[in-house]
Amino acid sequence: MQLLVPVTDAATVDDEFEIDGLAVDERYLTYDINEWDEYAVEAAVQIAEAGEDVEVVTVTVGPERVEETVRQALAKGADRAVRVWDDDLAARDLLDARAKAALIEAVARDVDPDLILTGVQSGDAGFAATGVTLAERLGFEWAAVVNQLDLDTESGVVSVHRELEGGVEELTELDLPAVLTIQTGINEPRYASLRGIRQAQTKPLDVQTPADLGVEEADLASPLSWTATREPEAEGDATIFEGDAEATAGELATVLREQGVGQ
Amino acid sequence: MTVLAVAEHRRGELRDVSLELLTAGRRLADALDTDLHAVVVSGDVEEFAGELNREGVDAVHTVDHGEEFNHDVYVQVLDALAGDLGPQVVLAPHTVNGLDYAPALASRLDYPLVTDAVDLRTDGDTLVVDREMYGSKVETTLELPADRALVTVRPAEWPTAEGVGDAAIQAFDAPVDESAVRSRVTGFEEVAGGDVDISEADVLVSVGRGIGEEENLDIIHDLAEALDATVSASRPIVDNGWLPKNRQVGQSGKVVTPDVYIAIGISGAVQHVAGMKGADTIIAINDDPSAPIFDIADYGIVDDLFEVVPALTEEFGG
Repeated sequence: MQLLVPVTDAATVDDEFEIDGLAVDERYLTYDINEWDEYAVEAAVQIAEAGEDVEVVTVTVGPERVEETVRQALAKGADRAVRVWDDDLAARDLLDARAKAALIEAVARDVDPDLILTGVQSGDAGFAATGVTLAERLGFEWAAVVNQLDLDTESGVVSVHRELEGGVEELTELDLPAVLTIQTGINEPRYASLRGIRQAQTKPLDVQTPADLGVEEADLASPLSWTATREPEAEGDATIFEGDAEATAGELATVLREQGVGQ
Repeated sequence: MTVLAVAEHRRGELRDVSLELLTAGRRLADALDTDLHAVVVSGDVEEFAGELNREGVDAVHTVDHGEEFNHDVYVQVLDALAGDLGPQVVLAPHTVNGLDYAPALASRLDYPLVTDAVDLRTDGDTLVVDREMYGSKVETTLELPADRALVTVRPAEWPTAEGVGDAAIQAFDAPVDESAVRSRVTGFEEVAGGDVDISEADVLVSVGRGIGEEENLDIIHDLAEALDATVSASRPIVDNGWLPKNRQVGQSGKVVTPDVYIAIGISGAVQHVAGMKGADTIIAINDDPSAPIFDIADYGIVDDLFEVVPALTEEFGG
């Protein structure tokens, strides 16, 4: 069985930061594996450990920087990785879900997976659209926002829980092949072992260009343009207590007592 | 040429976001000088259509097929309806179910997709969409041609449409290819039950990612005890298994409206705020001055929670 796991990294912004043109200045960004993808990797590795002859392939659309994240996935048990990039992609300020899905689709057609597991969304841009777009392009079934999965390879059905709003889960059965977008909390992502980290260095990580994959320029063209980036105006009118912890805690205690708390 | 808003319902109830889409849709339709249509698929479509017939809605299309949401049915039916109507803009909710069909529908229609819009405007030719990045710390603007676009709209950003309209209610007889329906919804499960109902609490001491480690939760429990309050949490604490699911405040957890909500080490991402913005008094303790939680707080302390929380506990004799 083949599992494909689209993974990416995501940036978090420092407490204080500056915007440079359309982007947050790189000096204020810290990259790590996208939180949702970390759970997707774990879900794939658990399926691989429970089955026989399961290959876990990761696919990433992104610059060389992302290889650190890819190596983490390999260290946790993925078997090999593909990273797609070229100078034309690097020159864009925006890669929409359709373009990303077109690139991952090309890799998926080569890997021929039974199941594709990826994060619900990226922690930085948060479009939450790549996985379902990919499923539609491949003609696969799909389920978005999955927080429990039970795979029955013999019947070719995966049973999932989708986490709806308000503490309600939807129970759904899907025919394979399928794409599942994975919600945080579905499992407990492992830490990579030292042995895993060593092994990851020797696992295949192929870098391919859109041209290598036969993806045409028209598939990557986007009518979206990114025209502005700003810090939202502070909407709040909060009373901020100033001073050391003892002083601020004292003022807050006064407010709480006025509200009848702790009396 | 129309603006088409796709309604959402679950277990027999039309969800509020459906009426918010009508407000966003009417404003766009005015700017584009066109009609606003709504569509509701599955469930008691007659009743839902009556609820969707608000002021400014020109037509409501109903598709009577099954009871609950199924993305395979939605995508087929909406693809067919859009084929008939040729809408300039399709609006869908940025909800868990919206995420489950909107990207596939955009792909099938070959409409550009923008998700999680917090503001929408147009000069007639260009659709201008504001959306957030980095957990609401940055706002961006995207532009695309206003003649074909699918946009998912963040819940609770637009007011619900009011009044009674004179919409034409039309049954849309969509052919559904059952062989292409390869997913089956088999039921629902309530997951947030258990020993404590945080939605009943008057005072909540709520803890987020800033607490760092599980063993640090002691200072939170100590404060809650001193204040005679109940402990709740944001998502990462529950994902880590440090507190049970019934303590989770937010979109996928509980909606709470206590007298006092003390957010400790919680940044205030939109999914969390959706669950607690109705609290009477909101207090935020966070060392990041740009954390969005301060935008909705009444009182704030920008400092290390490990200094402030024990000092506050001590104030109450803990």
